[in-house]
Amino acid sequence: MLLLPPDRRILSYLVKETLVGNAPEQNAAAPDLIGCPMCDEVYAVRQPHAGERAVCDHCGTVLIATREGAGLRILALSIAVLVLVVAASFHPFLSINAAGLGNKVSLLDVATSFRSGLLVLVSVATILLIVGLPALRVAALIYVIGPIELGRPPAPRAREVFRMAQALKPWSMTEVFSIGCAVALVKVSDLARLEFGPAFWMFAALSVIVVVSDRYLCSWSIWEAIETADQRRPAPPESEPVSGSEGKHA
Amino acid sequence: MTTAREMGLVTCTSCARVWPMGHARCDRCGHALRSRDTGSLQRVWAFWFTGLLAYIPANLYPMLVTQTLTGTQSGTIVGGAIQIAHHGEWGIAAIVLIASVVIPVAKFAAIAYLALSVQRGAVHGLRHKQHLYEIVEFIGRWSMIDVFVVAILSALVQLSVIASIHPGPAALTFALSVIFTMLSARSFDTRLIWDARTAISPGPPSPSGHQ
Repeated sequence: MLLLPPDRRILSYLVKETLVGNAPEQNAAAPDLIGCPMCDEVYAVRQPHAGERAVCDHCGTVLIATREGAGLRILALSIAVLVLVVAASFHPFLSINAAGLGNKVSLLDVATSFRSGLLVLVSVATILLIVGLPALRVAALIYVIGPIELGRPPAPRAREVFRMAQALKPWSMTEVFSIGCAVALVKVSDLARLEFGPAFWMFAALSVIVVVSDRYLCSWSIWEAIETADQRRPAPPESEPVSGSEGKHA
Repeated sequence: MTTAREMGLVTCTSCARVWPMGHARCDRCGHALRSRDTGSLQRVWAFWFTGLLAYIPANLYPMLVTQTLTGTQSGTIVGGAIQIAHHGEWGIAAIVLIASVVIPVAKFAAIAYLALSVQRGAVHGLRHKQHLYEIVEFIGRWSMIDVFVVAILSALVQLSVIASIHPGPAALTFALSVIFTMLSARSFDTRLIWDARTAISPGPPSPSGHQ
């Protein structure tokens, strides 16, 4: 069992410890508490083995889903996505031919196709949803996971950056756009002949990679890793004001 | 079965760490701590109504304006799906109809149902409601398909006099509607669903709320 009902004794101990200040060596043996963000149920949790999952048995939310070598995989896949996003933005995406007339567009042409009046807002939204936010999100994941995987202390502001990456998840719509491409192809098929450019295949590949990479991403494990990596930091280098007890062992 | 609130604790919704009640900010991830998001339902309804307001013109105005040699033709969301169906592409027509009509309407209904049932303090089917919320959260973004289709077509189909496609005003209002319903769903604090369970069981544990 990865999750257990919270033990009152452990609980009062932890509460006292966090209120009073930090006593890392004392706290080292006590299991952590984890709360379900969806239904507020509390569990005591021990360190999971690779591959273990913890599901809230109250509401069914997956709280922990560890995978062997997840960090390294997410890092590699994120770098691949970042390269593909940049390359796909500038190469020809789709081309069309009808009665001797042709047109070739890149991903950025697609995203900026709303030009008249207020529709410019839709262009801005489209650029963000299919290029900007996905790129920002994988860059943030690389920034957070990179130093940890290299055995270094976390990058400055890693917490804020990782929280941002998590918040961006629903707004990064690469796979939705891929299905949109399929629909568009059918819509013009009777009007003209379409050809895929290299960027189309890059985009299709990156949509799949994003989905695969997200299956490896366990937010709880990354927070634990950030916290553990934080303890590698030599004693006084950061002058940043960090509130409360920092040295809590995970 | 103990919630963080019953134990005098507060759960961080960002990283799932538990802190004593009154702790303002999670020391691990820096997220603001709130036992329950009290303004949650207000924001849910505000975004919900804005989304609904944007959804009405999205269905009335044209999404796409197609100019061909034979004339100008403008199609609404439903009109476009019917046109695809006429070409025999039933699968694609179904995707468009589901993404732009069924999902948005079902989302409005589902969010309203969840918010109302929390306001009434309904105690039954909590797990189903949680499940419904997860579906709404997962599926909402797929409604953007139609906006992306319009973007692709109006960038690509620019063949001078033979054919050109331009976006219509519905592209903007539909995109706004999708974004606002996503914000509405995300504002919802699901812990409010489960509070109905603790509200009825200060005495003997009631079997109704469990699992």
